[in-house]
Amino acid sequence: MKPYLLAFALVFGLFAPPAMAQPAAAPPPAAAVAPAAPAAAPPAEMTWWEKEAAKPYVYEGTYWLPPAANKDAKGPDDLFIWVLGMSAFFFVAITACVVYFVIKYRHKPGRKPEPSPSHNDVLEITWTVIPTIIAVILFVYGWRSYISLTSIPETRPENQIAVTAQKWNWSFRYYNGVEDNVLHVPVDQPVKLTMTSTDVLHSFFVPVFRVKQDIVPRRFTYVWFWPTRTGVYRLYCTEYCGKDHSLMKTKVVVHSAGNYERYLSEAFGKQMSLSGAALGESVYKKKGCEGCHTLDGSVRLGPSFKGVWGTDVKLGDGSSVKFDEAYVRNSIQAPQGQSRPGFPPSMPVIPLSDKEIEGMAEFIKAQK
Amino acid sequence: MSADLDNTVSYLEVKKGLGSWLYTLDHKRIGMMYLCGILFSLMLGGAFALLVRTELFSPGMTIVGQDWYNKFFTLHGAVMVFLVIIPGIPAALGNMVLPIQLGAPDVAFPKLNLASFYLWCSGAFLLLLATGLGGVDTGWTFYTPYSIETQTAVIPAVAGAFLLGFSSIFTGLNFLVTIHKFRPAHMGWFQMPLNLWALYATALMQVLATPVLGITLLLLFVERFMHIGIFDPTLGGDPVLFQHFFWFYSHPAVYIMIVPGMGVISEMITTFARKPIFGYRFIAYSSVALALFSFLVWGHHMFVSGQSRLANMVFSALTFSVGIPSAIKVFNWAATLYKGDIRLDTPMLYVLSFLILFTIGGLTGIFLAVLSIDVHLHDTYFVVAHFHYVMMGSTLVAFVGALHYWWPKLSGRMYPETIGRVCAWGVFIGFNLTFLPQFVMGSRGMPRRYWDYDPEYTLYHRISTVGAFILGVSLFVVVCYLAWSLKRGKKATKNPWGASTLEWEAPTPPTVFNFPEPPPEVEIYNYDDLVEVPNANEDGVTNWERRPAADKPATSSHH
Repeated sequence: MKPYLLAFALVFGLFAPPAMAQPAAAPPPAAAVAPAAPAAAPPAEMTWWEKEAAKPYVYEGTYWLPPAANKDAKGPDDLFIWVLGMSAFFFVAITACVVYFVIKYRHKPGRKPEPSPSHNDVLEITWTVIPTIIAVILFVYGWRSYISLTSIPETRPENQIAVTAQKWNWSFRYYNGVEDNVLHVPVDQPVKLTMTSTDVLHSFFVPVFRVKQDIVPRRFTYVWFWPTRTGVYRLYCTEYCGKDHSLMKTKVVVHSAGNYERYLSEAFGKQMSLSGAALGESVYKKKGCEGCHTLDGSVRLGPSFKGVWGTDVKLGDGSSVKFDEAYVRNSIQAPQGQSRPGFPPSMPVIPLSDKEIEGMAEFIKAQK
Repeated sequence: MSADLDNTVSYLEVKKGLGSWLYTLDHKRIGMMYLCGILFSLMLGGAFALLVRTELFSPGMTIVGQDWYNKFFTLHGAVMVFLVIIPGIPAALGNMVLPIQLGAPDVAFPKLNLASFYLWCSGAFLLLLATGLGGVDTGWTFYTPYSIETQTAVIPAVAGAFLLGFSSIFTGLNFLVTIHKFRPAHMGWFQMPLNLWALYATALMQVLATPVLGITLLLLFVERFMHIGIFDPTLGGDPVLFQHFFWFYSHPAVYIMIVPGMGVISEMITTFARKPIFGYRFIAYSSVALALFSFLVWGHHMFVSGQSRLANMVFSALTFSVGIPSAIKVFNWAATLYKGDIRLDTPMLYVLSFLILFTIGGLTGIFLAVLSIDVHLHDTYFVVAHFHYVMMGSTLVAFVGALHYWWPKLSGRMYPETIGRVCAWGVFIGFNLTFLPQFVMGSRGMPRRYWDYDPEYTLYHRISTVGAFILGVSLFVVVCYLAWSLKRGKKATKNPWGASTLEWEAPTPPTVFNFPEPPPEVEIYNYDDLVEVPNANEDGVTNWERRPAADKPATSSHH
């Protein structure tokens, strides 16, 4: 351990054990618990990329920082260590002075304060100028590493991924139309994300990449990174977005270059082969429907899909409508007119193809 | 209050009955009422904090679900910021102490002072109403568009914050005029106690920044009720604009919170070191510098919000400039201890806690000012720990210390010293246990405002929760023994600490108009004339008397 780290650990280490806790096999986060599979379909086999995503997270970082998996992480990481060392130095120096003075000059009967100056221009100018110089240096280095962290290079279309954040779910769309809730990226190539939100503010944060960017509705923001090691890492939402903010997290899977291409083509094949209820189920998971509509009859932000097909539905304006293909289509394409009493009118417009809408209707029909 | 009141009687005893308090124009009584409200709010906000920490003891659900957790942290933040920390030192302690430190009978506008107290009460009532109506779940920042669409009681909470803002503006205005107009002839700007410099800088910020909060909250109403698109993207508004408006107020508000803390620390450290403050002018100027810089750095809350990289560069550079006056103050306080005659009474223990906690709070701020590090740390527990070191570890610790320091003067009673010191240690240890582990969690990537967390953070959350309870119990005991001491405490003397400023020349407790006779001219921070007299009253409390020293040591130089 480097000396300045040791000094800091002496102060802070008292309060925390020195090694990051490493669960042997990370249990799946609560959000990833799969909803019950529809009764009709047999449990689907996991694809190889789903198995890849189910591997344990890469944990080994330093005491302070998670592992780094982005080429540009070195800038902020080195600065972090420098600022940490400098802070440790000043903290120890100031605390030592205070403690020493308090012990040495503590009142004893008969003691009087000793003569000492009440100001000293040289000293005071010195301790104004030194922090100023440090501040300028840190600003410059922070600015430079920030520029490289945010200057987006040319990326090939395969590495440009569209991100849609919505309460409380992530959707990643690739150039060939593949959609997934887990972010798959290739190692050793720049990756660019173009992000937007369908509802409130969210924020994209992958600790191992040291990148974070807010996602704003009706606006596009960008983030990029250059993964340097394969593995499975955590991805969080870090802008408070309501009830299930803390469950709005998923994984980043960094593949070898070959595996990434394989993922794109095989996931495309799988997605195109789906139709009917199976396509509906895939849409249900990938578009975040399951955030509000359950399959087990329990009520979340919206009504459950269990046993609703063919029933009469009361709408907010007092009219009544049958839960059929037309109602499903209207609810997806023009949800504001379909809102139901007792539920907040928060269903967003979800852009789906005709085939996907038909699949969705089949899927809901199967929920008995 | 009419001038026919007997100015030889203590302000606490001159009139009795509830009405004499509710209609009072006496700044000390208004300050006392503020103090009661603030201490009540402190316990309420603390209760919410403990609920948050209890929920976080284990991952997943511990005691409540997401909905309640989100309300708890929102109410904790809103109550602590708007009801406790912003008014804590200026409105409660400042109100009581500022006129006496000037040798004045009251503030410049006593009726405005009472009005701002009732505005505070109305704002507090609306916030409590919001709690009663099911709570608010937006976070204390009310970020749009979530705050527009949530079904919780945002409107009463926002209306409450709006009224509290006006209370803050009125108090600031009152203090500005009082300091300008009521300074005695012998007290030039640089003969003022540093507490007054700090309150003056604070008042400037309150008057200039708080109207922006009012306007912003008003725009929220307009949007919600008249559907005019300002912040809501579905109406063509811009949610990031809200962040600019909000932080244009709320960043200066951070200094509205900390600068008065720096003022009372300056008073206490010179008294208990029995030495003139080191570098008076640098400390005075740095208070004003902080007030000015505070208006120029709001964008550092928005480094990842999508604002331009040019804006980020400018705000990062300006943010570093805030660190410099803060560093100067810490060095000056430490130098004040040098060759002093240091007494470790309870207020001084809080001062020393403040020095250490503020140093940590300030140094961790550097991490966040460095642009590329902030991208990683923004909205993680690192930020949570950092601002708690500044807001709570510094401001609230300074407030509690100052409360002990002026308690004998204002209540006429001493607090129990031994238990006071034990609680000061409890606050220091509990605080560090709570927030040090949060730095580690944050830099490893634990996001804030999370009801659920990943299993690798469990140990750190548990240490944090244990610390929070030590902290909570210590502060609760402080409130209890202060209340107890009102009737049972030892009778206080005129100047139990040997302090050199004018308020200690007033009787204990002060009379209605503070000084029965015109106050003497004293040289502040000069301790040569003060002589310690042990067992000065029937309860055995020490007093310091002013006696012209026979042979002044040619020491405390003013060259």
